[in-house]
Amino acid sequence: MTDKKPRRNWRLFGLIFPSLFWLVIFFLIPLFLVMAMSFGKRGTYGGVIWSLNLENFSRFLNPADPLYLRIFFRTILIAGITTFVAFLLGYPLAFWIASFPSNRRNTLILLLMIPFWTNFLIRTYAWILILRDQGMVNTLWTGMINNLFIALQAAIPYLPLEGVINATSRPLPLFGTDLAIIIGLVYAWLPDMVLPCYASVERLDRSLVEAAQDLYANRVRSFLRVVFPLTLPGVIAGSILVFIPSLGAYVTPDLLGGAKSIMIGNVIYSQFMSARDYPFGAAISFILMTIMLFGTLIYFRLFVGKGQSERHG
Amino acid sequence: MKEFAVELTNVVKKFGNVTAVNNVSLKIPDGEFFSLLGPSGCGKTTTLRLIGGFELPTDGEVFIQGEPQGYKPPFRRPVNTVFQNYALFPHMNVFQNVAFGLQMQKIPKHEIEKRVNETLEMVHLPKMGSRKPNQLSGGQQQRVALARALINHPKVLLLDEPLGALDLKLRKAMQLELKDLQQRVGITFIYVTHDQEEALTMSDRIAVMKFGKVLQVGPPEEIYEKPANVFVADFIGETNFINARIISINSNDVGLLVEEQFDVSSTRVPDLSTNQDVSLAVRPEKLSISKDKLEGISIPGSIKEVIYIGTDIRYEVKISEKTTLAIREQNRGDIAAQRFVKGERVYINWEKSNATILIM
Repeated sequence: MTDKKPRRNWRLFGLIFPSLFWLVIFFLIPLFLVMAMSFGKRGTYGGVIWSLNLENFSRFLNPADPLYLRIFFRTILIAGITTFVAFLLGYPLAFWIASFPSNRRNTLILLLMIPFWTNFLIRTYAWILILRDQGMVNTLWTGMINNLFIALQAAIPYLPLEGVINATSRPLPLFGTDLAIIIGLVYAWLPDMVLPCYASVERLDRSLVEAAQDLYANRVRSFLRVVFPLTLPGVIAGSILVFIPSLGAYVTPDLLGGAKSIMIGNVIYSQFMSARDYPFGAAISFILMTIMLFGTLIYFRLFVGKGQSERHG
Repeated sequence: MKEFAVELTNVVKKFGNVTAVNNVSLKIPDGEFFSLLGPSGCGKTTTLRLIGGFELPTDGEVFIQGEPQGYKPPFRRPVNTVFQNYALFPHMNVFQNVAFGLQMQKIPKHEIEKRVNETLEMVHLPKMGSRKPNQLSGGQQQRVALARALINHPKVLLLDEPLGALDLKLRKAMQLELKDLQQRVGITFIYVTHDQEEALTMSDRIAVMKFGKVLQVGPPEEIYEKPANVFVADFIGETNFINARIISINSNDVGLLVEEQFDVSSTRVPDLSTNQDVSLAVRPEKLSISKDKLEGISIPGSIKEVIYIGTDIRYEVKISEKTTLAIREQNRGDIAAQRFVKGERVYINWEKSNATILIM
């Protein structure tokens, strides 16, 4: 027995070596490079002067000049709103899908995924066509809806419709706003909210809901006391899956947001690409990464371990 | 007019074009231990769910304490349920599970605590309040489910095969405990089971169901001794069915020709006519076996099989080409002397009143 153990360890190592190799070369080493870089300084021609100072971090966190902090908090706010809206849309959708017989459910899940077989950039461009001043929404707004009110005013002259007609004669300011970014982000990450929620909802034992109702809990209370707590792990998982990529979003704010609607992802991009300040870009990346890491760790502490012990019972 | 704890009048429940409950009428008085017994798919669970409000009747009405329930949801009905798989809330501990019903009824906190502790004591689970359901054994979970329902002092407790998941020994113990508990708290129990022995052990009355219909309602002795039809006789315990034809009908008795060759008589039942083909149902333990022909009903046969069960000896005796009867004789010791052997020619005897005529 004793002489077999080391050999088994070697075999195990042989099995995990390829993935380990991959992770070290393409994940761990670049990660350390970024970390090391964040303590460096920008060279005159855009190179990196390796050193050990915290200047980049203090520049980002400077309370006297909160330019970056403000963008950072705005980013958190936008990502937070995105997550919440995705929850409001995705959670009921998960219940709706789960209410179908199991063969139909898979079809619905597939339908949810189909848009994601199209390139992300193209889908985001499509939103430009929808949201811009001459886009689909505004054509409808200034065209059909405006005409409807004008016709209504003509038919019934004493209706106070002047304000509405005025408002509908101008396009809605959608494109280039935070709203456009949030719409784009919710659209992009909605399935990531729906799928974990759906997994939780599907696993939910219906007899528990019946038990709650049997014990005098009306529909609202049985939802709050039983259904929601038991599907919360799915909601949290979905929220992390939406929140984290939204926090690091770059393409969506770049295409749908205006000059004033910058997110932290765009700052990082510009530091690396236009300002050529690699160390500062690395520092921001690192701060962002640390926050995401802690968020995920807290989730796993709070919910994953607990959920597993419950299922093993 | 006396009010019943639960009354069903011509209740029908259809799922699509499947009729799960077909015109069921029941009257269950206060404090009764009433069982719904039948094979799976007979509509017994649906009937229970109709009383609990988890299903709404397609037709007919459910009354609880004389009050029509209409489309009332479960949380407005004065009944509580013990679910088949207990349905304990996995995210709450035992105390929170048991307290749930009282919390929903907005009972003051200190009273909840007192009543939860009392109830846990009653189901023999003191000091378990802080455990999570998954840390309990099946039997303990069963008790928590019981406590969670009973703490609300419901008028009627509905139990859906609550002992189905327990092992045999624990099940037997829980049967007696449940019966004892029911007598102590005096609550009407409506108990769904497919286990005929369980129903016979615990119930004051039993309704035997098949294909969504109630075939017979009565106390255990009546169901066992006087089954109303072939299905009930076959489902409850073991029964020998003997083919017979009616040859004469007297004031109390009926004369029958059994297996086209033996004359026997039996107690008269309604709706018979001469030359009618019927089934004569006799329990194996009501038959006796003898070497010689005895007075009264005594028909010849040959022993096909002798099976030693321990408490009993079981004989299978062939009385005609088609019919073999099972006979159970109690093992009273001195067995070697009185045991019959395979192939032996014997006589089978029974009391006239122990055979029931069943119309086919």
